Amino acid sequence: MRMRWISTLLAGMLAASAAAAAGPHANERYVLISHAADSDVWWNTVKNAIRQAADDFGVQVDYRNPPNGDLADMARLVEQAAARNYDGVAFDIADFDVLSKPAMRVTAKRIPLITINSGTAQESRKLGAIMHIGQPEYEAGKQAGERAKAAGIKSFVCVNHYSTNAASFQRCKGFADALGVDARASMIDSGVDPTVVASKVSAYLRNNPGTQAILALGPNSAEPSLQALQRMGRAGKIYFATFDLSGVIIDGIRKGYIDFAIDQQPYLQGYISIAALAIAHENNTRDPTAILATLKANPKFQARLKDYGLDPIYTRDGVSSGPAFVTKDNVDTVAKYAGQYR
Amino acid sequence: MSATTSPMQAGTRENEAAMQADERVRRLSRWHGFVNRPEFGSIAGTMLVFVLFGIFAGDSGMFHLDGVMNWAQVAAYLGIIAVGACLLMIAGEFDLSIGSMIGFAGMMMAVPSMFLHWPIWLSVLFAFAGCMVLGWLNGYLVMRTRLPSFIVTLAFMFILRGLTLVLSTYFSNSTIVSGVGEKVGSDPVVSALFQGSTLHGVFAWLARVGIIDKLPDGEPIVAGMPKVLLWWWLMAIVAGFVLSRTRFGNWIFTVGGDSAAAQNVGVPVRRVKISLFVFTAFCACLFGVLQVADVGSAAADRGLQKEFEAIIAAVIGGALLTGGYGSVLGACFGALIFGVVQIGISYTSFDSDWYRVFLGAMLLLAVLFNHYVRSRATRSR
Repeated sequence: MRMRWISTLLAGMLAASAAAAAGPHANERYVLISHAADSDVWWNTVKNAIRQAADDFGVQVDYRNPPNGDLADMARLVEQAAARNYDGVAFDIADFDVLSKPAMRVTAKRIPLITINSGTAQESRKLGAIMHIGQPEYEAGKQAGERAKAAGIKSFVCVNHYSTNAASFQRCKGFADALGVDARASMIDSGVDPTVVASKVSAYLRNNPGTQAILALGPNSAEPSLQALQRMGRAGKIYFATFDLSGVIIDGIRKGYIDFAIDQQPYLQGYISIAALAIAHENNTRDPTAILATLKANPKFQARLKDYGLDPIYTRDGVSSGPAFVTKDNVDTVAKYAGQYR
Repeated sequence: MSATTSPMQAGTRENEAAMQADERVRRLSRWHGFVNRPEFGSIAGTMLVFVLFGIFAGDSGMFHLDGVMNWAQVAAYLGIIAVGACLLMIAGEFDLSIGSMIGFAGMMMAVPSMFLHWPIWLSVLFAFAGCMVLGWLNGYLVMRTRLPSFIVTLAFMFILRGLTLVLSTYFSNSTIVSGVGEKVGSDPVVSALFQGSTLHGVFAWLARVGIIDKLPDGEPIVAGMPKVLLWWWLMAIVAGFVLSRTRFGNWIFTVGGDSAAAQNVGVPVRRVKISLFVFTAFCACLFGVLQVADVGSAAADRGLQKEFEAIIAAVIGGALLTGGYGSVLGACFGALIFGVVQIGISYTSFDSDWYRVFLGAMLLLAVLFNHYVRSRATRSR
């Protein structure tokens, strides 16, 4: 008796979730797999984005992740996606070695594959993916550097809180190359402890009083650096750029303490991957140029971009979700949707 | 003590009548004998889980061959450590360092071969030796100090997890050591033992005659039997045999039932328990080595929370947390339930945010069902 009650409940929930999509493509099913643990907030934006893409294209979509963030579990999930015969699979290249074998299972079944977020376009091609949607880190750093150069900046310090990550160095190097200075000499390895970051930044600025700009690589380095500047009374007087967004960073931009933030627009990584897979399925094509042309013409996609103030960067054979720049001019739209769609 | 209800060897025919009167030695029917075994509940629970997923995910590919291999591998990995954890629990002790040991074993295998240029077979041997020494240390400290094994192994859970992180960041400047997979592949013995799958020819033949599906390029849908499954069965058969058919197996039950009484009748309690800690560490190491060979890298977060999963599998399989009761077969079915539930949820249409809720509910359901069936069976005899 009790068992029947439980199975009725389960059946009810199943029906409720299956009823979400209707229309000609309602039985198409796509999946996005991330490496992030359940508690990772950044991926929430991606989750929301794939749901909206599923609504817009009338398909069904699943989000899967290893609950503890264990990459070996993620590899199993990719294999599972192949076994389930999804109509398309998207995942982030958290580690090329771990994921190359499971990715082969997906491509061996001729299931369309798109990679997002971390990893390079080259790795993506090796995995047999249609395209890669992420932010080229060196390019993002360089464009930020060019912005700073235009504002008359000649020297800077890069606050690197994640020095073991190759992408972090790429960001600093791009910025340094744009200014024409040496990246190694203008970088501090700050660690993630906020107290240590703040004291290292103030020590550097005391020793190098001529430093004109600060580049932080994310909220972990931006927030303590800003605090250090406020204590020294230099907030708003020194040029400040940062990667990624957070409540404090948005507030800093509003108050004029931070000149701009470089946003990799996670929404686009989620939305475009599902949309492109759906288009690839419908038009029966694997050509990224053709898929993106169809996507660009889609009025629902255009409406989403306008609503959230998003700005994808189209390349010859793919699309980059970043860099997009958040400044005082557009910070209000971003703040409204921060953590949900931005 | 012993959980099995194997009928006692009746002495002579004259004694038979007198013995029938004594309820302790009366004969039970085969069905009752089966129902009263510790693994019966978990076998029934496994069937329940299969029926539920058959209803909710029957047409999703979960029960196609590649889907079966997918969740069977998850169950096999867990099964290997569940076998070790189960024997240790029957002997009345816990090992909470299993999960950390998995990560540490992977690092002990990866770091010497990648950064100290050891041949891979040597670093695999080193990992097994290192883990077994740590297992011995766990057991020795528990027996020597008479502290609960819960506390001692909890300390090792933190120590080993920390050491794993230290090793990887010291040598590779990152929390992940990549490239071990190729090293394993280049050594014929190590790759034959731990990497990939076997019986490719059989599967290719099955695909050719049309029994199993083919990929678009003509290869069979599953390349072969994953070696981790064979390891699981091997460990289960060996441990099951030792537990139910040997003197050492009887000692394990005795020690877990009442270790003071066991000591008094001459069972080497300390040796039994320490060797089971070593065996558990061996199982954890086997898990770690197989996983590193399979995914190709070692990372500092491998095996997180696996100690709890192993204990849960043993408990679903009918082992008592207090010791003295349990079975290897039961633990294997417990691991199967866990593997099927864990991966099976991805085959249904439920939002992944609900994953832990369902996992918990399914486990509770399996355990309650297990308990219900067992109490019902024991009452009606």
